Amino acid sequence: MSKNQEFVKFDKVDKSYDGKVLVVKDLNLDIAEGEFITMLGPSGSGKTTCLMMLAGFETPTNGEIYLDANPISNIPPHKRGIGMVFQNYALFPHMTVYENLAFPLKVRKISKDDIDKKVDKALSMVSLSGFENRMPAQLSGGQQQRVAVARALVFDPAVVLMDEPLGALDKNLRESMQYEIKHIHESIGVTVVYVTHDQSEALTMSNRIAVFNDGKVQQLSSPDKLYEEPVNSFVAEFIGENNTFGGEVIDLSNGSCKVKLSHGEILANPISVKSKGDRTTVSIRPERALINPENKMDNNHAGTIEEVIYHGDHTRVRLNLLGNSEFILKVPNSSKNLDIKLGNKINIGWNSQDARALDPK
Amino acid sequence: MSSETQQILTTDGIPLSVSLKKAERKNKIKAFLLVVPLLLFLIITYILPIGDMFMRSIDDKMVTNMLPKTFTAMEKWDGKEMPPEEVFAGFYSDFKILVQNKEHGKLAQRLNKEKNGFNSIIKKLFRQVQRNKIDEGQSIKEQIMKVHKRWRDVEYWQAIKRTAPPYTTAKYLKGMDMYYGPDGNIMQVEEDRRIHRILWLRTLEIAFFVTLFSFLMGYPIAHLLATLPMKYSNLLMICVLLPFWTSLLVRTASWMILLQQQGIVNDFFVMIGLVADDNRPEMMYNKVGTYVAMTQILLPFMVLPLYSVMKTISPSLMRAGKSLGGTPFIAFWKIYFPLTIPGIGAGCLLVFILAIGYYITPALVGGASGTLISNQIAYHMKTTLDWSFASAMGLMLLTGVLVVYWVYNKLVGVDNIKLG
Repeated sequence: MSKNQEFVKFDKVDKSYDGKVLVVKDLNLDIAEGEFITMLGPSGSGKTTCLMMLAGFETPTNGEIYLDANPISNIPPHKRGIGMVFQNYALFPHMTVYENLAFPLKVRKISKDDIDKKVDKALSMVSLSGFENRMPAQLSGGQQQRVAVARALVFDPAVVLMDEPLGALDKNLRESMQYEIKHIHESIGVTVVYVTHDQSEALTMSNRIAVFNDGKVQQLSSPDKLYEEPVNSFVAEFIGENNTFGGEVIDLSNGSCKVKLSHGEILANPISVKSKGDRTTVSIRPERALINPENKMDNNHAGTIEEVIYHGDHTRVRLNLLGNSEFILKVPNSSKNLDIKLGNKINIGWNSQDARALDPK
Repeated sequence: MSSETQQILTTDGIPLSVSLKKAERKNKIKAFLLVVPLLLFLIITYILPIGDMFMRSIDDKMVTNMLPKTFTAMEKWDGKEMPPEEVFAGFYSDFKILVQNKEHGKLAQRLNKEKNGFNSIIKKLFRQVQRNKIDEGQSIKEQIMKVHKRWRDVEYWQAIKRTAPPYTTAKYLKGMDMYYGPDGNIMQVEEDRRIHRILWLRTLEIAFFVTLFSFLMGYPIAHLLATLPMKYSNLLMICVLLPFWTSLLVRTASWMILLQQQGIVNDFFVMIGLVADDNRPEMMYNKVGTYVAMTQILLPFMVLPLYSVMKTISPSLMRAGKSLGGTPFIAFWKIYFPLTIPGIGAGCLLVFILAIGYYITPALVGGASGTLISNQIAYHMKTTLDWSFASAMGLMLLTGVLVVYWVYNKLVGVDNIKLG
């Protein structure tokens, strides 16, 4: 592989604003060249701070950031050559679309002809050709967004940072922009560091996702791994939907463990439990639990239906199962007629492999 | 109702527009009643006084009313040679009434302003009339011409004729150091007596520099105010506004304490050895004093509009500029500065207009070389009691401000002004 696996490197980075609280704690993160990496986390988790340190608007309190093996802490933002898309686009309101895009090229003293060519190319990339003379205020939110993306890319930066760029758009537009940005990334192969608190956005777009909480990266892995195999209960809780059981490990053998709950016992996949007697939270994705399973599953329990909510393509069923009255099931609305009625007792089964025994909450 | 467009009717069959008007009428009346007090207030305190000022500035009815018959008779006179008998007869009968009412002194005063020398010849004529020396049976022209040789001078009769129109623009000419010559031409006052033009120019000059200084000082302050964290910016805001809450007179007086020759600033200069004790610079009763004090007093008017505009500029714009490769200076000059232009416009316009009509501060610290046109207006209001001249100059000042506003509108566009 010729690509640099440590194109951007956070090396033991700490950040504190007030000298009392660490916003980012001992961050170590390597980003490969051409990768689309997303920093995902709740607000206040330190993800935007990381982005700002990479862009140069904040300095690390401790540690160093490397860009292509060069430490960049002492390089001012305008010399870093990093493109950035801001939360509210930050288009220059007094300049036309053309002038906005030409700005990074003009300050680089590129000739007028080349500027025209590059602006043309960038605008056609975001399918906004012909909008050169519009003012930003004359564009819709989605168009402004595309101009912002085009402007961040027009000077061919090695890295592009995006700080919740789709936050202000409505749902449909957001989804189509997600694909658009993903396609742009695929076609030009630029390294993208993307910050969002929207997990579906992160799952759709990224090569890898770094889940932030409390100033730390909780898990860094590909979207499917993050969803299927969360390494701790924060990630399991934060990404997607999740049914949990709190309990105590009473047996640990053959790659599976037995967890004693307040009502009953279940078999689970030991991820972060080490020995008998550990407290644990067992996490099961709703779609991994089936009603009246045809194949044999090693967990089988009866529950009472407490709520049925129709969602069009599927029905959400809330059950009281093993003392947990918040157990959620997603039942696809297929022709298969199941006896889903309020108050009915039904049989639920899942594989112990899909029930991950994680750290206790 | 055009036959082409179909009129839309409500379900009751009433035309929609009529129905809409009816529905809105109550609200409109309510809204109007709410603004009526302000409207009345504006009319009484603004429109009427300005109208009155204008009337006063062009009013010249006194002589017109005093000499009605004279002026009727003068209508036929060509104004080149001595007027005919009828003019003298008319003048004599007008004058007799004035003498009875003891108003001939006013006439003498007014005519003397038009042409020197009227005072004494009217007094002489008055004595003759009082003693009934004029025989109405004979030619009045001959008799009046005998009273004094100036009554035989056609220039004096021309001067009387010039006061005939009830309105005059003479006061406005005077405000620009010009006057009507004997033949009605506009003449320039001799060079060493042209005080008003100097004052107008000085007013413009001082207003311009005060605006410039407050801009240079206010811009960074406003920027700080808009970007500092709340707890510091509040404190700074109070520092900016504190002068606002202090009486103008107190502020000016404190500048007098600071700037006078034995004042604190001079003491300090002497202490650090910048100037010799016996050679203290004059910083007051000249332009320096006016500049310093006016800039300080008008600074908030520059800072506040700038601040309100800067507050709306997202910090991410500057960041975007830098991340796109602009040096901090380029980011400032190409992005931040152009976005503050509406605030700069509003601040400069406000300060300039306020400065152009400033009065108390230049009166107290300006001395002879630091007074402005408004001080001259006040002088005529209070000392010479020439209210019509004061009114004329006041209106000229107002016109000047409107011209500034118009030019500004042409250059920047009033729509671009942002006061908050």
